[in-house]
Amino acid sequence: MAALGSPARTWRGLLRELRYLSAATGRPYRDTAAYRYLVKAFRAHRVTGEQLCRAQHELHFQAAAYLCLLRSVREHVALHREFHGQGERSVEESAGLVGLQLPRQPGGKGWEP
Amino acid sequence: MWRSCLQLRDWGRHLLKRPLHGPIDPLVPGPSPELRARAYAPPAERKRFYQNVSITQGEGGFEINLDHRKLKTPQAKLFTVPSEALATAVATEWDSQQDTIKFYTMHLTTLCNTSLDNPTQRSKDQLIQAALKFLDTDTICYRVEEPETLVELQKNEWDPIIEWAEKRYGVEIGTSTSIMGPNIPAKTYEALASHLASYNMWALQGIEFVVAQLKSMVLTLGLIDLRLTVEQAVLLSRLEEEYQIQKWGNIEWAHDYELQELRARAAAGALFVHLCSESTTVKHKLLQE
Repeated sequence: MAALGSPARTWRGLLRELRYLSAATGRPYRDTAAYRYLVKAFRAHRVTGEQLCRAQHELHFQAAAYLCLLRSVREHVALHREFHGQGERSVEESAGLVGLQLPRQPGGKGWEP
Repeated sequence: MWRSCLQLRDWGRHLLKRPLHGPIDPLVPGPSPELRARAYAPPAERKRFYQNVSITQGEGGFEINLDHRKLKTPQAKLFTVPSEALATAVATEWDSQQDTIKFYTMHLTTLCNTSLDNPTQRSKDQLIQAALKFLDTDTICYRVEEPETLVELQKNEWDPIIEWAEKRYGVEIGTSTSIMGPNIPAKTYEALASHLASYNMWALQGIEFVVAQLKSMVLTLGLIDLRLTVEQAVLLSRLEEEYQIQKWGNIEWAHDYELQELRARAAAGALFVHLCSESTTVKHKLLQE
């Protein structure tokens, strides 16, 4: 299946995603369990004798799926933060959007206590 | 008039430069200092209360530790997964939370919790039936009649997958343009049900999840059989939307948002199914040089 791309590309993408994740926690990405596991898995499956190894293909597919997961979660959170994270505007802000201001009544409105 | 224009410009600038604030402090009274607080803010999220996430191997499988506490499911069962890869991925999800814990981004954790708790108490057969029900209204079997370009697109993109599925499982799945949907013979259901029965409970939860997200049984079969990548399957599931986006334009905060969310869920589901239904054995061969 040509659309899967090359394993090297998937590997580079995974490393990049892990770097993004560890930039958040501050620890180097080589310390993470995910990095160690991926290194082990990629290395183990490189040294098989066959070219059409189904296990190799499966591993690459799983790696690509994981890469897609990490990438899309990161983009989704970024989009959410940018567009959907704010909540509702207050009445003053809504008025301010069109250049109006709420009236200031020093004595308070008639019906307020 | 000029003063109101200046005021409008200043208000506008304020709105753009304002820093993002979290949930409102409920003790601040009344209309707060301008633009600091919002009338309604999203409910406060749980803060990240742990520093380290680690994996340990217990009796039932692999467990996740947050600092020294063991992770539990919502129904307070111990969180154990059978596969180390899955445990690593879940630990990475927990580790990637910054400041607050966003449960809606932790798809693998959610899937594991559902499999462990089984809150809807469904048996294997019920899960299979729930998944197969989508075949009646499978996205890639429903075709439009016009516009011509969309009909062409659907034929070119969806037909190969249907042919592949029919050949692979030896079943008949038609396509249809009527509102009743394709006429799928009972033999197809039986064949697919027996195929799905070969997966264990956990993998079935994952399969049912992916089917519900992609709205197509055939695309899910393509995913679990490695015929399609996740991006391809999501694209095929959203074919008409992509067509309309190309024609009328893309709205980032709606289209991209949904696309990324669908991709995340489909990827999590596909990965979950594969990790729960595989078994790895490493045979070392002696290299004779």
